[in-house]
Amino acid sequence: MAVARARFDAIVVGGGHNGLVCATLLARGGRRVLLLEAAAEIGGAARTREFAPGFRVSGAAHFLHQLPAALAGELGLDRHGLELAAAALPTTALDAAGAPLELGDLATLRSISPADADAWPGVIARFGRFARLLYHVLDAPPPRLGSGATADALALARLGLRLRLLGRRDMREFLRIIGMNAYDLVTDEFATPLLRGALAFDAVLGTNFGPRAPGTVLTFLYRLALQSAAGPAQLALPRGGMGAVAAALGRAAAAAGVSIRTAAPVARLRVGNDRVDGVVLESGEELDAGVVVSGVDPRRTFLSLLGAEHLDTGFVRRVDHFRCRGVAAKLHLALDRAPAFRGLGARAAAGRLLVAPTPDYVERAFNASKYGEWSPAPALEVSVPTLHDPSLAPAGCHVLSAIVQYAPYVAERGWATQRGPFLDAVLGVLEAHAPGLRGSVRAAELLVPEDLEREFGSGGGHWHHGDLAFDQFYLVRPVPGATQHATPMAGLYLCGAGAHPGGGVAGLAGRNAARRVLAEAAA
Amino acid sequence: MTSPYPSPPHFRRPLLDTPFAPRTRELQQVDHFVAWAGYSTVDVYSTVEQEYFAVRNAATLYDLTPMVKYRVSGADAERYLNRLVTRDVRKLRVGRVSYVVWCNDHGHIIDDGTVFRLAAQDFRVCTAERQLDWFLDSAIGFDVVIEEVTEQVAALAVQGPTSAYILRRFGLEGLERLKPFELAEFSVGGRPLMASRTGFTGDLGYELWMRPEHALGVWDELMAAGRTRGLRPIGSQALNMVRIEAGFLLPNVDFVSAEHTVRVDRERTPLELGLAWLVDFDKPHFTGRRALLRQQAAGLRRLLVGLDVAGNKPAHNALLYAEEAGRREVGSVTSAMWSPTCKRNIALAIVDAPFHATGTTVWADIYLNRELVWERRMAASRVVERPFFAPERRRATPPADR
Amino acid sequence: MSARTQRHDVVVVGAGHNGLVAACYLARAGLDVLVVERNDYIGGAAVSRQLYQDFTYSNCSYVCSLLRPEIMRTLELPRYGLQIIPYDGGCTMMRGGGHFALYDNHDALRREIARHSKRDAEAYHRFSRDIIRQCKFIKPLLLREPPDPTSFRPRDLMELLYLGQRLHRVGEERMYDTIRFWTMSAADFLDEYFESEIVKAHFSGSSIIGTALGPRSPGSAYVLLHHYMGDIDETVGAWGFARGGMGAITAALTSSLRASGGDVRVSAPVAEVLVRGGRARGVVLESGEEIEARTVISNLDVKRTFLKTVAPEHLPDDFLSAVRRFKIRGSSGKLNIALDGLPTFPSIPAGAPCLRGDLHITDTIAMMERAYDDWKDGRWSATPYVDMLMPSQIDPTMAPDGKHYMSVFVQYCPYELADGPWTDAKRQAFGANVIDSIAAHSPDFKSLIRHAEIRTPWDIENEVGLTEGNIFQGELTMDQLLFNRPVPGYAQYRTPLRGLYLSGSSTHPGGGVMGAPGANAARRVLADLRRSV
Repeated sequence: MAVARARFDAIVVGGGHNGLVCATLLARGGRRVLLLEAAAEIGGAARTREFAPGFRVSGAAHFLHQLPAALAGELGLDRHGLELAAAALPTTALDAAGAPLELGDLATLRSISPADADAWPGVIARFGRFARLLYHVLDAPPPRLGSGATADALALARLGLRLRLLGRRDMREFLRIIGMNAYDLVTDEFATPLLRGALAFDAVLGTNFGPRAPGTVLTFLYRLALQSAAGPAQLALPRGGMGAVAAALGRAAAAAGVSIRTAAPVARLRVGNDRVDGVVLESGEELDAGVVVSGVDPRRTFLSLLGAEHLDTGFVRRVDHFRCRGVAAKLHLALDRAPAFRGLGARAAAGRLLVAPTPDYVERAFNASKYGEWSPAPALEVSVPTLHDPSLAPAGCHVLSAIVQYAPYVAERGWATQRGPFLDAVLGVLEAHAPGLRGSVRAAELLVPEDLEREFGSGGGHWHHGDLAFDQFYLVRPVPGATQHATPMAGLYLCGAGAHPGGGVAGLAGRNAARRVLAEAAA
Repeated sequence: MTSPYPSPPHFRRPLLDTPFAPRTRELQQVDHFVAWAGYSTVDVYSTVEQEYFAVRNAATLYDLTPMVKYRVSGADAERYLNRLVTRDVRKLRVGRVSYVVWCNDHGHIIDDGTVFRLAAQDFRVCTAERQLDWFLDSAIGFDVVIEEVTEQVAALAVQGPTSAYILRRFGLEGLERLKPFELAEFSVGGRPLMASRTGFTGDLGYELWMRPEHALGVWDELMAAGRTRGLRPIGSQALNMVRIEAGFLLPNVDFVSAEHTVRVDRERTPLELGLAWLVDFDKPHFTGRRALLRQQAAGLRRLLVGLDVAGNKPAHNALLYAEEAGRREVGSVTSAMWSPTCKRNIALAIVDAPFHATGTTVWADIYLNRELVWERRMAASRVVERPFFAPERRRATPPADR
Repeated sequence: MSARTQRHDVVVVGAGHNGLVAACYLARAGLDVLVVERNDYIGGAAVSRQLYQDFTYSNCSYVCSLLRPEIMRTLELPRYGLQIIPYDGGCTMMRGGGHFALYDNHDALRREIARHSKRDAEAYHRFSRDIIRQCKFIKPLLLREPPDPTSFRPRDLMELLYLGQRLHRVGEERMYDTIRFWTMSAADFLDEYFESEIVKAHFSGSSIIGTALGPRSPGSAYVLLHHYMGDIDETVGAWGFARGGMGAITAALTSSLRASGGDVRVSAPVAEVLVRGGRARGVVLESGEEIEARTVISNLDVKRTFLKTVAPEHLPDDFLSAVRRFKIRGSSGKLNIALDGLPTFPSIPAGAPCLRGDLHITDTIAMMERAYDDWKDGRWSATPYVDMLMPSQIDPTMAPDGKHYMSVFVQYCPYELADGPWTDAKRQAFGANVIDSIAAHSPDFKSLIRHAEIRTPWDIENEVGLTEGNIFQGELTMDQLLFNRPVPGYAQYRTPLRGLYLSGSSTHPGGGVMGAPGANAARRVLADLRRSV
């Protein structure tokens, strides 16, 4: 007997964290939701991978520090099995030539620069106020300009009011620095090179900019905004790596009634009567849906899954110019002993380590990537998760995970020949801070952007699915015509990092998209 | 060593000559040239009136080479063009030509042109202005090759009541079987040549497409074939007169390409230009479709219409008013002329709703220079159907000899 | 009353073009205005200097486009001798011997661009359309006072409303384009139009001139626009020469000022602003002479004004620290060269008019970006971006017949070198590197040089008084534009010290020989005086 083909209210394409969040919230909103993931397991870039026999590591982002506490609570992630191996980790800036500096350790800072120690609490508090303001921007679908709609006007008015509520002094300072570059800001505020370097690097982590690029104060505050919403746990390591977050999200989704299908790659979005009304899997199977929400990056969503023929030329031109080439690489080392970073106590060593001794160091590292070359002296964000979570490696062994900047998407001389020399350069930098580390490496994996693209399916291997810069942010993210999570194509929505507000394991893009879809249906 | 530049170089002589230039320059008498798409072309050969009447009475040659030509081919050529233009290219059979427009995302018209289907996935697109920037961006996601072939194809328009007769005498056997908007390949004296029953005159006429090296030979033989039937070359001014009578639009005169507008609200949609018949909402998606549907639902705020203007003074550049007193502005004239054939004072104008309804009278504010003294006339102007002139002979197949 | 004390309604510190513009407007309003100038010549950075024989050097600013037509008209500058002559074209030379030229004639230009890319030749229309759209948006803002977004005063609210309406009027999509344009890098912006490296490199030149940004730095698209928003006789983006050199502009302003009853005193360096009873009351010259005035206008940049000319006790700490944080970065050098004849540039075809325009040397945006990397590290660019002009081809007053004056603007050159202070040897080495770069494209260039003046940012600061030799009196980045320029809360030409105003390029709308800051400052002074009467 023929069974009527199942029809879903919504199909979410892509089981990354944003897709999972979106699907869960849609299901909780009463929708019948199907989530389709191309890979054999959910998680997207929030996945724990075995990169060497017995060694596992978070494949992309390796700290949980941007997931808003409210969202985690709303989804009940702890109920669904998310455990933290460690929380409130310290961040320490390393110096190959001198003593390391833990950020926020005012006693040590005072010994280097009393002025910086005096300034630190005030500056951090001010940045915190700005970050909270920015968070309001990140936490809702953006308004449209000139739409004439009351909701949009109200959203803009609310933003204006929030700005005003900062008070005159803060408002002026916010409007001044928001367009600035991080290099100048940290140089203006602090004198200690290590401190400057660490903050400058925080501002450009995952972006396609050096700290001298205007707009990097925005990316700095973006990071702070998500961090400030992440709550007391702040910088944390999920037990079992980032895959544990995805697993918890998956369980939350399932509990909400989302049907999840893995190993179900979508070949294309199906269009009927000028709206997306379903998807066609690579297997040929067709699935019907009221709406489709894509967690895939905008470029692939529009040009591969939907197809330019369903879109207008001007819009396609914009999508084609959406900048989505990543410059961050990921290093995974299987170590037969814990690395010994010079001058670090046990607590610091198990925390977040930065190799970014000065803003100029970071800027020079960036320089190379402008010309299609990898940084001979890259800046690093390092984690040794096994110090808190031994389950990730065989007994006594350790895993080192590092975000490495900068590695261009297209290497001038081709990655086939350049991966080796680049790995050697990265190990050289690590060795300078942790003598003997090279000798403890059993296996190494260096994922450059083209690998990340292949591994996680994000076009250009960009961590945020696209550069986070003023011209690709908020009102215009990813491109005019596809803002507010809606697209020119009826029935198609965006919920990935390419949509507002952008990347980070925060789930906000997914939540905003869900809100938008639910509001649409209610209207 | 050869110079990398053609002689003379572009910085000394910016405009190019067409392959017909040796003849057109020799035959023109009054040194009236006009730049067209980067070429120097003849504006007037002798007198505009004589050239105009030759179109309506005998036959004319018009050098069409500067018309920008593209070859569009590849596996997705039909799909590509169908997404580009507002008409359904799937319905265009091989061997036929279609008048088309294309729009930007807002449904604002970028340009008009003609599409020739040479083979299943091989098209020629002729446009008034260069379109490579838009055509190539439109090709993102399509398996299609787009080349500009303007310099590889010389073109002549042969138009007028005796054109078919002259072309047959010239050697285009079977030409009489061509219906309007059909094309066919011929060979004359070993020269391959494509003829299409198309034109910009609203009269019986053909356009010939040939290799540049054959241009002069074709010109000479045509002139010889047409000598007894009044064939003469015409310039752009005469052509402009006949195209107004035929109700055809001229880019940069009757509308500005949406790719070129600087100011807000200067763009026009095909619906506003009275070209709704070119917009096929039942075919697959094309650029601007959603915007045009929205405009169609909301109703038109203005429309390009024909005007029958009182008096005999052309309403060049006239503003239009709702009443004779000239208080409420309701539009402006884009093209105007005294039609010697229709004996009417005609104009094309953009008119605001609701004044664009056929039969409505608006008032044209006409400025007249009478022996250096400017005078102003308010002329009652009635909105009328286009075209102003549409003789049966333009469609008759086989066509009459004269 | 002491005999050595003069009294005026207004004293303007610095006879640069903006100071003179402000003085002219105020004198025309009937005020008694005196401009005091440290140097023994008038003009600041808009000067014509005879430093070698019969050659005239526009030895700082060298071309004119931005000078607002409203100002020329109101101050009757043509009547006082100012003539602006547009020049035709320009050219970028590549190392391989190729070139890309700009021509006024659009068909010639299309064919020229098409030599490099047919597609780019057509995309150029879209490019210039979008530039003109942005110019049309920004131009009316130049001669307006930026609103204070934190204020609830009706004037500020009205101005914010005006800005909002202007933005709103262009419609949704163009609003987004405007937002994007103002924040993009020139390289990304140009990538949305062009594919040819040389075409992109040519147009990105304007995005780095005078700025401590590279063409890939976000915000550099705005700098590009800043160079396009001028016009000559309604031709948007056109550039020209002031007949007689850039000093002709300040000379005409001086004549206009004197005709309205104002005056300029040269060789009168100001030691400090005279402050009594908590307000500016005049200036004290280095000679000790006091000049009293109800209103003092400083045409110096914001740093020089408040860190060197006003005693700190008169200023709030917050304000002073904001002034210290204002970014004025020396990034440009200048060579002024007297030539025995017209040098040949083999890559430019004989007879091409582009030689009479601005000539550049670069191949790619990456090459300019590398030049910027050198600057970031405290070195002058090994392969500098140069903007050279030989105005004597058009303006017969600049050099003896058959001889030529060449102005060479060099990007980048740091104010402070990583290896220690500027010395004469380093200055010569910097100059030699530039001359070698040019000579690589012109075999007879070196042999034609009769005299060369080499100016580093350090030299420009010391002679002209511009902090770090920055030609814009402050970087043109978002944190220093509109209501942020020069200091948030003080973008309306007033300062925390009552009676003291700013009129220089440190204020909105910024640098270039535009005159708008001076005109805006004068309007503010007049409004305040009227209110206090």
